[in-house]
Amino acid sequence: MSGELHMPSVRFRQEREASWRTLEALVDRVQSSGLRSLSADELARLPVLYRAALSSLSVARAIALDAALLAYLNALAARAHVVLYGGREPFAPAFLRFWARTFPRTVRSLRWHFGVAILLTALGATVAWRELARDPARWSDFIPPAYAQGRGPEATDADLRSVLERKETPRSALIHFSSFLFTHNSTIGLASLGLGFAAGVPTAFLLLTNGLILGAFGWLYGARGLGWEFWAWTLPHGVTEIWALLLCAAAGLRVGQALVFPGRLSRLASLRRAGETAGIVALGSVAMFLIAGLIEGIFRQSVGDPGIRWAVAGSTFTLWSLYFALAGRTP
Amino acid sequence: MSSLRGLETPEGVPIQLELASVGDRLVAAMIDLALMNVVVLVLVIMVALSGGRGRAELAAAVIVVMFFVIRCFYFPIFELRWRGQTPGKRATKIRVISRSGGPLTAQAVVARNLLRELELFQPLAILLAPAAVAGGFPAWVGLVAGLWVLVFAVLPLVNRDHLRAGDLVGGTLVVRAPPMLLLDDLGARGPATLQFRVDQLDIYGAYELQTLEAVLRLGNSLENLPALAAVAEQIQKRIGWTSGTERVSPWVFLGTFYAAQRARLEQRLLLGERRERKRGAGSAAP
Repeated sequence: MSGELHMPSVRFRQEREASWRTLEALVDRVQSSGLRSLSADELARLPVLYRAALSSLSVARAIALDAALLAYLNALAARAHVVLYGGREPFAPAFLRFWARTFPRTVRSLRWHFGVAILLTALGATVAWRELARDPARWSDFIPPAYAQGRGPEATDADLRSVLERKETPRSALIHFSSFLFTHNSTIGLASLGLGFAAGVPTAFLLLTNGLILGAFGWLYGARGLGWEFWAWTLPHGVTEIWALLLCAAAGLRVGQALVFPGRLSRLASLRRAGETAGIVALGSVAMFLIAGLIEGIFRQSVGDPGIRWAVAGSTFTLWSLYFALAGRTP
Repeated sequence: MSSLRGLETPEGVPIQLELASVGDRLVAAMIDLALMNVVVLVLVIMVALSGGRGRAELAAAVIVVMFFVIRCFYFPIFELRWRGQTPGKRATKIRVISRSGGPLTAQAVVARNLLRELELFQPLAILLAPAAVAGGFPAWVGLVAGLWVLVFAVLPLVNRDHLRAGDLVGGTLVVRAPPMLLLDDLGARGPATLQFRVDQLDIYGAYELQTLEAVLRLGNSLENLPALAAVAEQIQKRIGWTSGTERVSPWVFLGTFYAAQRARLEQRLLLGERRERKRGAGSAAP
């Protein structure tokens, strides 16, 4: 062989190195100061340069034996990949799409799990109601004292009634109350969703417990002839809140199901798909809890008339039903 | 480069990514937790300073909501806005990517951080204040809860990709993608001064070539000289090459041999013959 060597990889690198360097500089800038630091022209070139680097990587793997070059191109492609596929979409359209399509569709896909969640809650409520009707002394088995706040079989009718009719509280107290309720309920909802990962067992347990509490209070007020007022007090926010809670639990059951019965998918793939559902439901239900918290803290304590309260409960139920039944359906 | 994972990009080209170590991820989580606490602390102080004039209720409401927002949304918001990174992850140079190679979606980020409640916050609460969490329940409940939490804690240690439960559900992977320098092309050093016969270049394969490249990249320094001389002598013996009248330094010999060897192997690569390793020890060079 004579003086001049014929090395395709050397020429290959000489021809393309400039474009790699440009991409590297752009990626450096995006990683240190964000996509906004790029001009419109640079932004348009980024994907082009990225694809060129990927093609260089494929070619280099086929023709070059320079380990340093291969390592560099791989690292460059990896960095550009995370910049381009790191996930950031404009907020407003994503927000609209979420509420108009993604959320209601996902909820519809969970209708069976939702049904199971309702059944479990109803089961808990029935058990509590029947047990208490037979033996009121079992009240403390169902309701922890801290939660009851003095409400129980030993409370007088007047005490119970006063909770339902209270409406004169300072404005700022309402804000505190509703913000506390919101965060408290959201945390419970998200926990019941996350707990689905334990094969759904803790989620089912939470649903039963919730049903027990609901049934116990329903029995307490019903037995005193305060049923109408009690549900008027609970349901205006309760419709939204319990709905969101049931949705969280339904998604939790879905995750549990994906783990135990992956079907044709691998367990990992099945979990990933359930996780997507869970993420969507989590986002939507936190917003529902916020709405419920606002109704509970502001509306309930300032409007005392059971008729109006029932009307609000009925209309929120109708609105949510229509929304979940119809929104995002393809014509 | 201990733990590489292949990932196919949507463009169909596989790239190799380095897995983030469990240590890096732990440090990142610590930094993020510390930062969350600092933010909450600053917030409480600010509200306390401004809320003295009969606005205590409002102040309390603001704090409760901010607690919740920070606890639930610190991780997802940063991971979405900073393309898979939080301040802690940025400090340790790791990031979240989608295992499928496609874009990291908002759902995936939310799902992977939902489980943080179970994996990070609840265990911390049980660790720091067991009575507040498990108080009022029988002891066996506490034990079961402790075991349950332990399962989540060790999960990243017992699977190949260091996935935590959140990664399983979110379909994500945590990787390191550090920048890398493009080193000089050792093959582009000008015309060769030494000659090799084709049969001398048909002995070694790609593996030996890249090992030689690693040796050359250590440089022509004084402390590297014995290694260079040993490698040069071994190669000369193996391929039956002798210098003529003049003495050739190991550095010049190895550099020239590298270029010639690479040119030969790459030419054969173009013809579809890839040679990975040298010929077996039995068939010595002629």
